[in-house]
Amino acid sequence: QRCSPKVCIVGSGPAGFYTAQQLIKARQDVEVDIYERLPVPFGLVRFGVAPDHPEVKNVINTFTQTARQSRCSFYGNVDVGTDVSVEELRQAYHAVVLSYGAEGNRTMGVPGEDLAGVHAAKDFVGWYNGLPSCRQLRPDLSSETAVILGQGNVALDVARVLLSPLDILKMTDITQPALEALAESQVRRVLIVGRRGPVQVACTVKEVREMVNLPNARPEMVGADFEGVAEALKDLPRPRKRLTELMLKTALEVPGEKEQQRRSEASHAWGFRFFRSPVEILADPERSRTAGIRLAVNRLEGSGEGARAVLTGEVEDVTCGLVISSIGYKSLPIDPSLPFDSRKAIVLNNMGRVQRAAGLYCSGWLKTGPTGVIATTMNNSFDTARSLVEDMDLGTLDVSVVKPGSQSVAALLEKRGVKPVTFSDWEKIDRVELSRGEAVGKPREKLLTVEEMLQVARS
Amino acid sequence: RGFTGGTRSDNKVTVNFINRDGEKITAKGSPGDSLLDIVINEDLDFDGFGACEGTLACSTCHLIFTEEVYKSLGPVTDEEMDMLDLAYGLTDTSRLGCQICLTKSLEGIVAKVPESVADIRQSQDGSS
Ligand SMILES: Cc1cc2nc3c(=O)[nH]c(=O)nc-3n(C[C@H](O)[C@H](O)[C@H](O)COP(=O)(O)OP(=O)(O)OC[C@H]3O[C@@H](n4cnc5c(N)ncnc54)[C@H](O)[C@@H]3O)c2cc1C
Ligand code: FES
Repeated sequence: QRCSPKVCIVGSGPAGFYTAQQLIKARQDVEVDIYERLPVPFGLVRFGVAPDHPEVKNVINTFTQTARQSRCSFYGNVDVGTDVSVEELRQAYHAVVLSYGAEGNRTMGVPGEDLAGVHAAKDFVGWYNGLPSCRQLRPDLSSETAVILGQGNVALDVARVLLSPLDILKMTDITQPALEALAESQVRRVLIVGRRGPVQVACTVKEVREMVNLPNARPEMVGADFEGVAEALKDLPRPRKRLTELMLKTALEVPGEKEQQRRSEASHAWGFRFFRSPVEILADPERSRTAGIRLAVNRLEGSGEGARAVLTGEVEDVTCGLVISSIGYKSLPIDPSLPFDSRKAIVLNNMGRVQRAAGLYCSGWLKTGPTGVIATTMNNSFDTARSLVEDMDLGTLDVSVVKPGSQSVAALLEKRGVKPVTFSDWEKIDRVELSRGEAVGKPREKLLTVEEMLQVARS
Repeated sequence: RGFTGGTRSDNKVTVNFINRDGEKITAKGSPGDSLLDIVINEDLDFDGFGACEGTLACSTCHLIFTEEVYKSLGPVTDEEMDMLDLAYGLTDTSRLGCQICLTKSLEGIVAKVPESVADIRQSQDGSS
């Protein structure tokens, strides 16, 4: 009797699901098991993507179709590296694909970073999206100005959530505690700070346009930051050019009468602050919480994408009670044996094949670093799946030996007192969340603790 | 009745897709359908196509046309351009399939599904 190739995937974000989808499609015999630390699937689609971007979450429908296939199984509530080791998985399966994302975050490394009122964007996002580990965050929204460090899309997500009218947020799946805190928020002004200039921002034009169109908020830019930018436009590739044009227009163009009126009536404001690096978070006199931030003034050396920020020696203080650092996510090694590049924070790989580890693969943010949208993750996950299938087809990956797959892992987990959550268990959680949402006019009301998730899963 | 029934299928518009392997796939849709609708209704197998289900939030329904066809497709909104800017292999005659509605005048057009060569420099998120 021929045994089917058994593949195990670690992490159920877009990378895990797109890798699974491609594997199942490419080989009629392969069986895929997805292990996920949380009782709920979908990674950053659930816990990262902003609540006011529900369209982006439509990918969940395709993931659900994959999960319901007979050759795909989901095992939630299993922390790989703690409950079961990568080595044990490699013993049990013909191949293991690591796609556990980037759960750490880069730190600024400046004094005052630990003060109350300073948060990593990852935690702030986790808080409004219901990530169990961020439930206790309770950000202090009692001051007028918030400073966000970093100018990527995550920074703009955070800015939008801080400034959006409550009526908009109320219709999303943002958590109830976040909604209540934002209802009391005194934040009226959000500054989005970057080391370099307008031509180097890391966000995309869609997100900037959303800021420009945000109801009840006016842009507040520094015209001088855009010196020479108009001249540089013509040499830029189209995406960068359209993005820069939109910022330029927002900063410098005198708006029409209607827009002028809208801006003057807006009670909230947002703006980019360019050529600034954090030097120190300033504390209040009791040294108990954030009262401001000291920024170094930079100038650019070189031009375009490769331009470098160089300190001028000048500094500037900005009064603010909330600082959110959005300078990037970072993958962590979950096993000491992984060939890990700690500078790039990725697993060393060649087209998704982990170096010097036969049968071990990686996809998603763990493979590429934490950049790109879901479509980027999709493509690189398809690529990894293709590498794996190629190895099976060519015999570089031996799938002729019989492997026990989930059977032996289930035994290990049982011995260790770990009870996995199946996909149909998750669908119970899903139904409860949807109906709780319906009751309050939201698309979904998320369960906020692992305990409650497990309770519903086992009901 | 039989007469209207007859014209219904005649009303269909033919679209020729060129898939990533360069194969031509001919499919039909009704006027008013989007090109994404055809891909879904006809079960065309373009990996990852239409991830956001036609809500202008992903760029995976990227299609490339000839200049002539591109011009006949009508104006592009800023929002579509914004998403297109994130597409792999963007060209001057690229459009998003979910935003193009079939009309009789588009009979026989050719739509190329671009290759998905990973280029992580094209789109950014999360880093500054
Ligand atoms: C705040 C934010 C907003 C974003 N918004 C958008 C957007 O609007 N549109 C868009 O296209 N893209 C967006 N992105 C990008 C998108 O989320 C990523 O491209 C994508 O989620 C990366 O997928 P991944 O599977 O590699 O990682 P993840 O989505 O992080 O998935 C990793 C999974 O692995 C699990 N895991 C971690 N450790 C373990 C372990 N030890 N054992 C088992 N499981 C584990 C995690 O719980 C998680 O479920 C956003 C990203 C962020 C951070
Ligand atoms: S299907 Fe997502 S943009 Fe067209």
